[in-house]
Formats: sequence, structure tokens, C-alpha cells
Amino acid sequence: MKRFEFVIEWALLLCALLSIGTTAGIIVVLAVETFAFLREVPITDFLFGTEWTPLFATPSFGVLPLVAGTILVSAIAMAVALPMGLLSAIYLSEYAPRGVRRAIKPILEILAGVPTVVYGYFALLFVTPILQQFIPGLAGFNALGPGIVMGIMILPLVSSLSEDAMQGVPRGLREGAYALGATRMQTSLRVVLPAAFSGITAAFILAASRAIGETMIVAIAAGQQPRLTANPLVPVETMTAYIVQVSLGDTPQGTLEYRTIFAVGMLLFLGTFGLNLVSAWLRERYREEYT
Amino acid sequence: MTRRLLDLGFQALALLILLLALGSLAALIADVWADGASRLSWSFLTGFPSRRAADAGIYHALSGSVFVILVTGALAVPIGVASAIYLEEYGRRNFLSRIIEINITNLAAVPSIIYGLLGLGLFVRAMDMGRSVMAGASTLALLVLPVVILATREALRAVPSSIREGSYALGATKWQTIWFQVLPVALPGILTGMILALSRAIGETAPLISIGALTFVAFAPDSIWSPFTVLPIQIFNWVSRPQVEFQANAAAGILVLLSLLLTMNAAAIWLRDRYQKKLS
Amino acid sequence: MSEAAIVPRSLADVAARDKDQQPAGNLPPKIQAERLNFFYDETRALADISIAIQPNVVTAFIGPSGCGKSTFLRTLNRMNDIIPGTRVEGKVLIDDSDIYGPGVDVVALRRRVGMVFQKSNPFPKSIFDNVAYGLRINGMAGSRSDLVARVEESLRQAALWDEVKDRMDASALALSGGQQQRLCIARALAVRPDILLMDEPASALDPIATQRIEELVYDLKKTYTIVIVTHNMQQAARVSDYTAFFWLGRLVEYDRTDQMFTNPTEKLTEDYVTGRFG
Repeated sequence: MKRFEFVIEWALLLCALLSIGTTAGIIVVLAVETFAFLREVPITDFLFGTEWTPLFATPSFGVLPLVAGTILVSAIAMAVALPMGLLSAIYLSEYAPRGVRRAIKPILEILAGVPTVVYGYFALLFVTPILQQFIPGLAGFNALGPGIVMGIMILPLVSSLSEDAMQGVPRGLREGAYALGATRMQTSLRVVLPAAFSGITAAFILAASRAIGETMIVAIAAGQQPRLTANPLVPVETMTAYIVQVSLGDTPQGTLEYRTIFAVGMLLFLGTFGLNLVSAWLRERYREEYT
Repeated sequence: MTRRLLDLGFQALALLILLLALGSLAALIADVWADGASRLSWSFLTGFPSRRAADAGIYHALSGSVFVILVTGALAVPIGVASAIYLEEYGRRNFLSRIIEINITNLAAVPSIIYGLLGLGLFVRAMDMGRSVMAGASTLALLVLPVVILATREALRAVPSSIREGSYALGATKWQTIWFQVLPVALPGILTGMILALSRAIGETAPLISIGALTFVAFAPDSIWSPFTVLPIQIFNWVSRPQVEFQANAAAGILVLLSLLLTMNAAAIWLRDRYQKKLS
Repeated sequence: MSEAAIVPRSLADVAARDKDQQPAGNLPPKIQAERLNFFYDETRALADISIAIQPNVVTAFIGPSGCGKSTFLRTLNRMNDIIPGTRVEGKVLIDDSDIYGPGVDVVALRRRVGMVFQKSNPFPKSIFDNVAYGLRINGMAGSRSDLVARVEESLRQAALWDEVKDRMDASALALSGGQQQRLCIARALAVRPDILLMDEPASALDPIATQRIEELVYDLKKTYTIVIVTHNMQQAARVSDYTAFFWLGRLVEYDRTDQMFTNPTEKLTEDYVTGRFG
């Protein structure tokens, strides 16, 4: 009996260790191909070059256009999701009666659960045409449409994480403000929000990380023309969309083109990983403040 | 007085914004329905792709999706539940568990396409599975593992410790206590986690594109080693074509995908309710 | 005793017990603690406990909240082992062998030393499965009919059989508080322990249910050695043959119950027993 228990414990531990194996696997797979890539392309060319044409006869491997595309779309998404998400969180946390809350929260969860390919369809075939009515110069593929749709997709994340942060603020703080005659809006904006600040910032950073890593919306609606620009009205290509583009093709293994997707992937991984770490650190600090 | 007005104005603004978000969801569904409902038919569900949009069907992608998520579930659920049991019941205070937990939290926030690259390098190439259902399901299993683990841990935590104590006091071993007392009580939560994970998996596109799920496949997969495609990828394929008829197909495909998701979530809620009743 | 007659007992009545109910004092002790110390991480919860508990009697542990009586009770079946960070120094001997010695099978120990908890904790299963659980996991029942017979035997011992015999498949959670506690006693008795540890078994129950539990304890001591923790001194006086008084993690006094309540040796004991603090 004792041996059986011992075996069981080890089998369970092995399963749990798989998560460490996954992280190790990601790092190894990305690193191996990235290093092979960097043996042929100097890292300065990669990180600071402004032309991304890896599939040309005379290829250029500057990743900045992809990074610019990613940041542009993500920035638009954040511009939509942050204010809307925060307002929604304040409303749900401080104002909404219980029935309203119970009705709205599941719908927000549904928003978060829609597959991203569906959002891509929506961005390309509904949002962009509507925008084109108002903005005459808007190209069929652009950063604005997918950016807005991505914002709507990320809104529930911002809302629920910010709401959690605000719920974590002790009731005593609110009651002190009310006792002094403050309205709910004043209490929310001047007492609760500042108190929940690091928790909310953590939420924003996590949402940004999500936006940067998003693939299908931009693969469908943003275009496949890497362009170093801040103009949201023209086609761009993000890091994630590039990886999809190459994966769809027939690039043979072991070639430089094949390795580019891992190099870009490594950059993407490091970026999101860094953001996640900062967010986690902020959340830990926030928890210490209030527990 | 002005303060009161500002307060009301603020509430109105917040409600407006929420309505905007919900309205977008409504617009999305309405748009897809308008574009695609007419294409929905039995022949659409059972047909195979074709160069002529009006003849194209979705059977290969539908069966591929179902097949893939079944294998994904078979991989992710046992491993995820086992990991959660270890973290919750055995490794409570040790350092290794803390590291595993941090890992899982990080993995939950890694972009899905990175999992695709992992799958490509590890399953497709290094382990030589090729562009098969097995490679795709393994990749997705790794992706949804954190979801299963998190849901299972919560379910285990919700089991009152008095039940465990009662079991130990009768001379039960740790595993007997877990298997006969804790897991049955935690089962509804675990099932919910499983369905959450599979709902996530069925909508994933990018990782499967990376591992090479073919976008032009004209057959349903017949084994875990065969090539395949899934619903989201077929939708993506059709959306990428310029002809309007294919866009209608894409919309119809979206409706099929959303219906699947709806069914799965309804099943989750039903299952959970049924088990709650059994236990009280 | 009928349910209606709750006989009040004063401390003086305790002295007038049937003489032939007094256990012989010269049997070897069933449980012995030798200089037992118990730690939760760095905090010492029990200090130098030494006690010899007699077989086939009811021994009560009394003392104010937090005095360590429940903690000590739980060292007797090593239930504290499941709490991380706990440590034991010293010995606990059951039938002369140290249960904290090397190579001790804790699982077998807990089968021999049963426990009933303060808040009844029936499993969310049927009444039958609750009682049968201990038998099944310890591999103690041969056939189905054997299992059924032993479940019935335990429920009779716990004075619950007549109330549940027609609904053995009903959920245990549908029983009343007192019935659930008697079910937990039946469950513990099913695995045929020698010793029964009871941690404030009636504290969550109404007076009538409490009385039934106390009657049960009185009957069970013929077959088992019973240790009962209680914060209710009158209950200790009613039910026990020996009493041990704990305070701040130490054993202050241990004597026959009639002596303890009429003529305690320590001033502290006397103050507690007469209600000067608690």
C-alpha cells in the first residue's frame, strides 16, 4: 500500500512538472532557431533595420516595421479598451445594483469567449466598410478597424481585472469618504481608483500583452505589407500576422526564411513575457498593500 | 446639486459605454447571421470544399474540429487534473510547487501563436509527428492545460477539509481520501473546467496554422496521424478570398462554430447543475 | 432513560455512583503519554504532558478554550500529522508501543483509534455508504452480506439503526444534527477500534440530542476506551470516570472524576471547576 501511494505521488508530480517542461520547451525551440538565424543575420540588422523583406531575392531583415505594426494596432486597441474597460469596471464595482451586475457580467464573458477568427471577419467585413463611410482615405486593410475590434475583445479583460482590483480596496476607505459627504463619483475617482492604482495598472499591462500577442484579427484585417508607419489608415503587418503568413506557405525547414518566424516569435515572446512579469509584480505589490 | 448631476452623468456615461460594448456583440451576431444564414443547409454541413463557393461544404473542417478537441481533451484533462491534485493536495508548502505555480501563471499569458511555434519545433519536427491531428491536439493540450489546472484547483479547494479529516480518521490513505471523497465532490468543477478548456481549444486558429494544419484539405481525418483542418482555419481560408460568395461561406461557418460553442457551454451548465443536485 | 426525563445532576451526585461501575485501577494503562511536547512551527502548544489513561473507562479532558485539550486528543491518533509544520517530541504509547516511533503505520493506527469530531462531518453519500466506507477502504468486509451485517451492527451500537433502517440509501446530509453525529459514531465504530476519541461531540447539539450521545458513551465504554474532550464541566461530571484538566498547554491535574470535582488538589483546578474563570 505504501509503495502504491509513493508511485501515485510521483506520477502526479511528473504531470505537474510538465508545465516547467512546456516553458523550457518554448525557450529551447525558439532559442535554437533564433541563434541559427542570428548566425546569418547580425542582430543589429534584425533589431534596428527598417526594412522587412525576407522573402525577396535580396532580402532585408529589419524587424522594426513588424514591431511598428504591432504597436500601432495594439495602441489603438488599448485606446479603446482602457477607458471603456475602466469605466465599465467602476460602474460594475461601485454603482451597479446586483441584478444589473448579474446580467452584464455573463455578457462580457461571452465577448471574451468569441473566437478571434470571428472578430477578424467582423473587422474586415463590417467595421472597416463602416469606417470607410466616414474616412474616405481608409484602405481595405488597415490598422484602425482591427484595432477597434481588438479593443472590444480586450475590454472584458480590462473590466474584470480592474473590477477585482477595486473590489480589493477595503470598504472602510469608501465608507470614510461617504461619511464626509462625498458622492459616489467622487469616492470612486478620488478614493477607490487611487487606492486600486497598482492593481489597475497591472490589468492594463496584462491587456496590452494580450493585444500584442493577438493573431487572427490582424492576420485577416490588417494586411500583409510590413510598413514602418504611424498611420492607422494603411495596411500594415504585425509580428503575429507575419508568422501566420509564412506558416501558410510552403517554406522548407532549415532555411533562413523558416527561421525568421522563430526569431520574430522569440521577440514576441520576450516582449509579452516582460510585460507579464511587470504585471505580476505589480499585482503582488498591490496584494501586499491590502492584506 | 451639480455634484449630484455629475454623478448621474457619470452613471449614464458608464452605462452608455457598456451598451456600446454589448451592442457590438449584437452587431457582430446580426452581421454574421445576415451574411451567412442563407448558406446554412444540410448539404453545407455534410459537403466538402470546392472551388465553386456555392458547392462548398464544411464537413471536413467540422469533423476535424471535433476530432481534434476530443484528442485534446483526452490529453489535457488527465494531465491537468493530476497536476492540480499534486499542487493542491501534496505539494502545498514546498518550494517546487511555488515554481510550478508561477510557471503555470506565466504560461496562461503566453500568446497562442507561440504555442504553435513550440508545437512546430517539438511535435511536428523533433518528435516527427508530422502535420497530424496528434501534433495539433498535443499543441492545443499544452495551451489549455493552465485552464484545466486552475479550474480543478478551485474545485479541490472548495471541498471542505472536514470531509478529508473524516476520511483520514477512519484509516484511509491520502490517495484513498482523494479518490473516494475529494474527487467525487470536486467533479462538477472539474467538468466545468474541462468544457472551458475545450471551448477555448475549438476556437483556436493560429497555433494550428503554425503546426501546419492544411488550409486546403478535402477529406475528414481518419486517424490521429492524418492531416486535418479545423473550422476556424476553414473560416479563415474563406474570409481571405476576395469573392463575396466565399465570404458568405465564412459567415455560415462562423454560425456553425458559434452554435458548437453555445452547445458546449450549455452542456457545461447542465452538467454542473445536475451534479450539484446530486450532492445536496 | 426516556427522552423526556433529563435528570439534573449536581456535582455532589457524582460521588454517589454505583460502586461496581468504578473501573479497577490496576489494569495496565491503555494510553500513556510521556513528556509529550507539541509544536506548531515554532510555537509550543503542549508542554511536558504525561498521563496514563485507563482501559474501558471514559476519560474527560477539560479546560478553557485554547488550553490544548483538542490538540492533545489529536496527537493520540496522529491527526495532527496532516497539518503541515507540526512537530512532536516525547512519546505516546498505546498498548505499550510508541505510536510516534519509526516505522509506525499511521493508517493502521487510525483504524484502531477512532475519532468523532466537534461538528459532525458525514460524507455527502448515502447513510449506508458512510458507514461502509471505513470497512471498504480497510478491506474489512468479505462479501456484500458481510458488509451489510457489519453496517447494521455499527448502526445499532450507535443507537441509530431504528431511525434509519428504512432509508439506508438516503443521503446522510438529510439527517438531523444529532442523527448525523450518531452516524459519525457508527462510522467510527464500524472499523472496530479499541479506542474512541471524541472532540466535543455534543457541543453543536440541542440538550435532548446531547443526552442521547451521553447515554451512548456510557454504554460504549464497556467495549471501548473513550476519551472525550468537553468544555462543559457538567458533562464531564456526568459522563466520565476520570478527568484531566488542561491549562495553557499543560496538564494541571488528573484524577478520578468524583475526586476532581469535589476535592481537587490544585487551586487552579478548583477555580476552574467552580467557575471562577473559564
